[in-house]
Parts: sequence; structure tokens; C-alpha cells
Amino acid sequence: MATCSCCFPLMMITLFLYILLYLQPVPCSNVETKASQLFSSGHTNNWAVLVCTSRFWFNYRHVANTLSVYRSVKRLGIPDSHIVLMLADDMACNHRNPKPATVFSHKNMELNVYGDDVEVDYRGYEVTVENFLRVLTGRLPPSTPRSKRLLSDDRSNILIYLTGHGGNGFLKFQDSEEISNVELADAFEQMWQKRRYNELLFIIDTCQGASMYERFYSPNLMALASSQVGEDSLSHQPDLAIGVHLMDRYTFYLLEFLEDIHPASQTTMNDLFKVCPKSQCASTPGHRTDLFQRDPGSVLITDFFGSVRKVEITKETVNLTTPIVYEDHENPNRRIGTPQMASFWAFGPSSCLCSSRPTASNTSSTSSKTLPQALPGGPKPLVVGEKGICHITGMTPFHLLL
Amino acid sequence: VLLNVLTCGLFVTEKLRGRYAALSIAAVVIAVGIPLWWKTTETYRAWLPYSHINELGSLQLQLSMEVEVVFSRGTLTPEQQKKVPLTQTREQQHHVDENTGLKYRYEMKYRTATIMEEDALRQPTAEEADFSLYKLSESPCGSVVVYVIPETSVLLPENIKVYVGQRRTALLRGQVGQGGELKAVLSALDPEIEQVVRTMSFSHEDIMAALSDRIRMGRLSKESLADSMRSFKSSPGYEITFSLLNPDPQSHNLHWDIEGAIHTYIQPLLDKLAPVANHSVDSQILYYAVLGVNPRFDNSVSAFTLSADSLAHVINPVEARLGSNAASSNPVLNFLLFVPDAHHSPLFIQDHSKRVVDSNAFHSPRWGGIMVYNVNDRYGQEAEFPVHIDIDMAHVMGVFLAQLRLMLGVQSAHPPPGFLLQSPGSAGLTDWELDRLQWSRTVENVATASTSITSLAQLLDQIGNIVINDNIAQQVYNAVTSLQAAVAELEAGNLAFALQYSREAILASERAFFDPSLLHLLYFPDDQKFAIYIPLFLPMCVPILLSLLKMAGELRQRRKEQRAKRD
Repeated sequence: MATCSCCFPLMMITLFLYILLYLQPVPCSNVETKASQLFSSGHTNNWAVLVCTSRFWFNYRHVANTLSVYRSVKRLGIPDSHIVLMLADDMACNHRNPKPATVFSHKNMELNVYGDDVEVDYRGYEVTVENFLRVLTGRLPPSTPRSKRLLSDDRSNILIYLTGHGGNGFLKFQDSEEISNVELADAFEQMWQKRRYNELLFIIDTCQGASMYERFYSPNLMALASSQVGEDSLSHQPDLAIGVHLMDRYTFYLLEFLEDIHPASQTTMNDLFKVCPKSQCASTPGHRTDLFQRDPGSVLITDFFGSVRKVEITKETVNLTTPIVYEDHENPNRRIGTPQMASFWAFGPSSCLCSSRPTASNTSSTSSKTLPQALPGGPKPLVVGEKGICHITGMTPFHLLL
Repeated sequence: VLLNVLTCGLFVTEKLRGRYAALSIAAVVIAVGIPLWWKTTETYRAWLPYSHINELGSLQLQLSMEVEVVFSRGTLTPEQQKKVPLTQTREQQHHVDENTGLKYRYEMKYRTATIMEEDALRQPTAEEADFSLYKLSESPCGSVVVYVIPETSVLLPENIKVYVGQRRTALLRGQVGQGGELKAVLSALDPEIEQVVRTMSFSHEDIMAALSDRIRMGRLSKESLADSMRSFKSSPGYEITFSLLNPDPQSHNLHWDIEGAIHTYIQPLLDKLAPVANHSVDSQILYYAVLGVNPRFDNSVSAFTLSADSLAHVINPVEARLGSNAASSNPVLNFLLFVPDAHHSPLFIQDHSKRVVDSNAFHSPRWGGIMVYNVNDRYGQEAEFPVHIDIDMAHVMGVFLAQLRLMLGVQSAHPPPGFLLQSPGSAGLTDWELDRLQWSRTVENVATASTSITSLAQLLDQIGNIVINDNIAQQVYNAVTSLQAAVAELEAGNLAFALQYSREAILASERAFFDPSLLHLLYFPDDQKFAIYIPLFLPMCVPILLSLLKMAGELRQRRKEQRAKRD
């Protein structure tokens, strides 16, 4: 066009002027941007509540799902003391398990997610709706040990992962009871009222999972589900040697995605929403971000899945010049000594078997697991002992049925 | 005929009896059955003082404090001295949001110094003057005393205007005794007094940071946000754990006198903080504990260095090995002393600008601190391994004490230029720092407790099927009375009592909110409720209803007959 040939140099001049005037060099205060990034997410610690709501051998994949997420979360930095893991834990030592003391998440037995440092906090019959709600709202009896509590504060980011069998508006717990989406939404509201979380990410991998986050109404919640209402979440692959399906599709692709994340990665939530499209998953994953205040594109995956600590250099010190004075030993007020690990606490009618964590001993660096004593009452399940051998502490007809 | 009449009569009485029977059954069902069913299926909800709780929902706090300004000889002219002693009240009002309002009330008392105070002010140095003044009289908790000294006084160094002592007194260098109205002198002194008060006692930013739960995020400055994120929230108790990490016991045989060090350096601070919270102290030694990060050898300082970016990844692997006291749910502060192994010594921490940090320590908000202690200069190459090393606890505890102060909420006051702050000394904490902490903790406790109680009341209202036991009602009542007492004491200016009441309020409100019995009963959607009740009530109600309908039909028919008979 005729006009274009003469306005072309004009355009170049204006472009040049624009570059000169408006694009000033950005001040290179790297320290400042880092410092502001430090406090941009608003959280100082991370917690994870991972719940597998099924039991029985044919629900192997739910346990494998939960344990795989547990492994990823631990790998990315959240310590056991900040993870509340609720599993029926009847897979590893199940009579039908051809490889006892293992739970595999990939066919051909490539990855054993059970290992020897899995710390299950609620096990067996303790995985109930009541206990789950008590953990979330903090209304536990005073005798509950620290490892079974969710001690989050107003600066904690919490990841909640639920898997099992679900329906439209409910999730089945251990084949005997259900939790409804209204109860879950109320529980989150109670958490918000007491400021027990800064931000919360809710992931659910069940059939019709999207119905579980429909009723949320508290702020700072982000939810992901593996399937919409009316759709079923399907399992991924069976293993012919073990005889059951090993994982669910959504969690399988979620884990593939998480394998690329390392503690310093900058991947955001928008990439997480793209995990497992319909072509791979056969169900349509859904997500809900309207209650979340930040833009999901600026939320890092490690804000929820990892535990990147904020760190500051200590610049000031106190100058102490007085010599050391010893106290008189009649003063019994302080206690000094190595912290003792809490042992077993009975909770509810079933026996409770917390796996003992390796204690920091003064003499050796190896850890040894003691066999938990079976408490009276309740079924006596199989436990994992040393070197991954299943010791039979008691049999009930219930187990023989499986 | 008689038989017919008899059977007819019997028939009539039968019908009458049937009618009475149906009516009485219906009466029993309605009068007795329905109320009984209602009463036995309702959840027990004890009475809560909802009106008081709603009052607490809007928090209007008034903070009163006393400021005493003492004029020493040479600062006032004789005519001005005649008008003193004088009391003035200053108020500042801040409207935070629709539910929260703050009012600060400063009671300024002006007077001249007594003979003994003049003697005390004649001491050679400011520290001694401060100590003698403290010996004379102890000011109550929360108050500030400012001594105005003449400009020519030698107590303060050259360019220092204000000296803040270890207790609650400050020395302010006044202007030369100028003539004129006393009011003019006082109003000229006002901005400086205000600066002193803001440093030594609460400032508006501190109080806003303490209310950070209630108010929107955007209103806080970035620094106060960082401060609020760094220190722990107010809690009835804290667990403090000191750990010594020795990754190389074959080379280093470390000894640390932790008991003595805690008793000498840390315990005085914790004793002073006793009105604010309970503290319990533990210690442990971990062998073969490694940092999760590999340090790199830096040729410029010929030592191993940890860059600032890698510090964030140090904590997590170590935390897995640390024990904690399983019996309490109090927040834990961890202080780790890491002695690098012989092959990676010396180890220095670099900050963002690649400079070695003096303290060789870093801390993480709401977690604790880590210090790296190098021992390679204690022994030579020919030493016999393992080398016995005694750790210099004074140096170590100096760093840990600074970190502990930050974690517990003792904010580093950024004094304006011209101020000189006396160091805390052996107590670890000055009285005015304690006062600042007490002001912010009291406000925080009151805000948190009132939010807990109001949200508990709201929740119980919203979720209709939670059982409210009597003990919860008792706790709520206790919390409400303690809160009202705390607010009243704040108004009156009694900081110590206000703090105590606020702690009681928080304990009671937490106990009420987190009571294990407050779990809502299972939620049943309405169609499930119908499905349960219909098979129970319908078979019973149908005959009653039908007989009542039949009776009503007969009554209508009889009335029609009567009307037909009349016509």
C-alpha cells in the first residue's frame, strides 16, 4: 500500500524513541527481589495430610497412590514430623502379597514405595471419618502424641490428598462409613476460623471427585480432582504377578509430573492443572481456584509439595562476658536431657502401632525397629519387622477371608 | 323391639367408644409423643452468653500508659519550675477497620527532680546514673520515665541526644533553659518524648502487627510483616532444644558445658520472660549428622563455604533426625551447633553478596537457628585423633541468645538517629524490651481470644448438630470474663494484670474451641432423614389420620341431617 512505504521510516523512528524513553534499564538489586520473594508466599512451614480411605487387597492401588505421594513429598523436603499419613496398611504383609513387605507402584516391580522408613500415623481401623475430622480441626484428646496431630499455624501451607472410592458428594472410608462434602467444607471452615492454615491444596483421586470440592466456602483453598461428577476415575495398569491394579491413572501421571520437580524448581500450579488430560486419563480432571487469593500462575509447586525454608542470616549477636555459673542441684525446675521418643498410645478400640522413628542415639547410627507389642483387644495384624520380613503376631478369621 | 333398641344402643356406644379411642390416641400422640420425640432427638446445647460474645466481636482497645518527665536542675527557669508538677493527657485514635478500633492514651506527668535523683544524675557515666536511678525507685510495668538533663551535661556523648537505659528510664538532653511559657517548652519537648516513647514502649506499627490475624494483610508494612512471620505466635509455652551436631566423632571429641551455659546465659532471659510464657529447655548431641548440602571450597578465602541460597536446603535433612518432646503440643525452637568434620574445615557461611558472615550463623523464621563452629584452629596436623575440644559456650550462646530473642518476639528496635541503647547485659533483655513484648503479646492474646470466641459462637450457630456440653459453656464464660478483665486492665494501664488476664483468656478460649467433644454429628441430607422417619411414623399415623377423617366426615353428615331436619 502506498501509505505504508512512507510511514515505515516514521514507525522505525517512533519505535526507536519508545525504546529510548520507556525501556529504562532495570535496577539490578538482586538481593531486594530475593528478599521480597522470601515473604511473598506468606508461609513458613509445610504440612501434608495423606489419607488412603480403603482397605482390603483389591484396593492395593489406593495404598500405592498414597505411598507414592508420601515419597514425593518427603523427597521434596517435608519431614515426617509434618506429615500425617493415614493408611489401612494391610497391603505389605497381606497373605496375598507375593512379595511381602513391599508395595509396588509400577508394573514389573520397579519401585517399592513401602521401603523401611515409612511412618504411618493412623493405621488399620484408626482411619475413620471421626479421626480424620479430628486431625483437621485439631480436636484431639489431650493424650494424643505430637506425631498424630496437625500442629499447623496461620503460616502453614497444607497439602491434603485423599484417595479411595467415592461418589457424588461423598467419600467412602474403609467400606463402613462415609464423609460428605458438606462435612469436609465445614471442617475446612473451622480450620480457617482458627487460622490453622495459610493456604490449602486439596487433591482427591476418586470417582466423581469434583463433587467433593463443590461445597467449599473458606478462603485460600485450591482443589484438584481426578474426575468430574458422573465420571469414574480409572486405574492405570495391572501387574500380572501381583494380580491387582497398581495405581490410579491420575496419581500415576501426577507422580510423573512430580518426578521432575526438585526443591529449587520454579514450576507453577498452572502446569499441575494440565496433568493427565482426557486422552491419558479417560476422565476429565477438574480444579477449583476461585477461593484462592493468589494467581495460580504465581504459586510454586514447592509451596505445597516441598518444604523450602525461609532463611535469614543472623547479623547481630550478644556479647556475653560473664563466666559460667553452675546451678545448685536442689533446683528441680528445669529438665535437661535427651528427648525421649514416645512409645505406643492406644487410641480407640483397635490397637495402635506407631512405627518408632530412628532415635538420635549417642552410641550408634543404625536404627532398629522394635516389634510393637500387641495391645489387648482388637485384631492383631501383621507387622513389618527387621529386614522387611513379616512377623505374624496373631491371626484372626477376618484376615483369612481376604 | 327392646333387643333392637339395645343392639342399636350398643352399636352407638361402640361407635362412641371408637371415636373416643381415636381422639385420645391422637391426643396422646400430639401432646406427649411429639414433644418426647423432639426432646430425645435434639442435641444438647448448653446456654452460651451470646450477647457478651457479640460485644466482643467488635474490639475497641484502649492502651493507657504513664510517661513521667523529670526535669533536672538547669533545664527549667525558676518561674517555669513553679508551675510544675503538672499532668497532661494525650490521646490518639486509630480506626483500623469496622470491627477494630485502637485508642492510645498517654498520661504525661511533669515534675522536677528530687535531691536524690540529682545526686544520681551526677554520676560520671550514663550506665552508673541509670543504675543509681533504678536503685532509688522502680517504675511500674509499662511506664516510661524520661529525665531531661541540661545540654551541657557530660553524661551523654557528643552527638547522642537520648540514652535509653537497661530499665525503664531514658536520659534526654534538653535545650538550654529558655524563658517563656512552660507550655511552649513542653510542646517543644513533645516530639522528642514521643520518639522516646515509641522506641521504649509500643508503637502503632507494633500493635497493628500484633493484630495481624484480624486485619487485612495489605495494611502492614513489609518489615512488620516480616517481623510477624519470623517470631512465633503467642503460645502458653515454648520448647527450646539445643543440639550439638558432630559429623566426625573420630576426629573431634567435643565437649560442651550446656548445663552451665544454659543456667548462666539463657535461664536469666527465660526467667524474665516467665510472665509471658513458660519455657522448657532440652539439649541433645547427634553424632554422624550431616548437613544436606555439600560445601564448596572457595579459593579466595581458602575455606569451605555455604552460599546463602543453599542454606534453605540445610534444615530439612537435619530436622528428620531431631527428636522432640512428644508429650506437649507447644511450638519447638531448635538451635543447632554444627561442628564441621575435619576434611571440610573451616566452613563459613556467605551472605547474598558473597561476604563471609561474622556470626557464621543463620536462622529460619518460626523454626530456630543454626550456627557453624569451626575448630580446625585448635589443633595441628600431628594431633592425636580424636582431639578433645571444649567449645567456647560464651561465644556460642551469644549467637543463640540473639536468635532466641528474635524468635520469641523481642523485636530489634530500630532507634532513630541520635539514640544510644544500653546493651541488655546478663539478663539478656532490658525492662523496656520486656514491656514492648508484653504490650504486643497482650494485644495479640486479646485479639486471638476474642476471635476464637466469636468464631466458636458463629460456628456453633451455623452447624446446628454439634453438642455443646456444660464444660464448654463454662470455658466460654471464663474466657469472656477474662477478656473483659484484660480489656479493662489495659484501659487502666496495668500491663502486668492485663497480660495475666489475657493469658487466662487465651487458655480458656483454646480449651473451649479445641474441646474433643465439639465434633459435629454426622451430616444427614434431608432426603435421608425422611427415609428414616417415614417407615417409623407413617404406619402409626395412617390409622389415626383415617379415623379422624372418618369422624370429621360423620360430624359433617350429622350437621347436614340436623339442618335438613330443621328445614
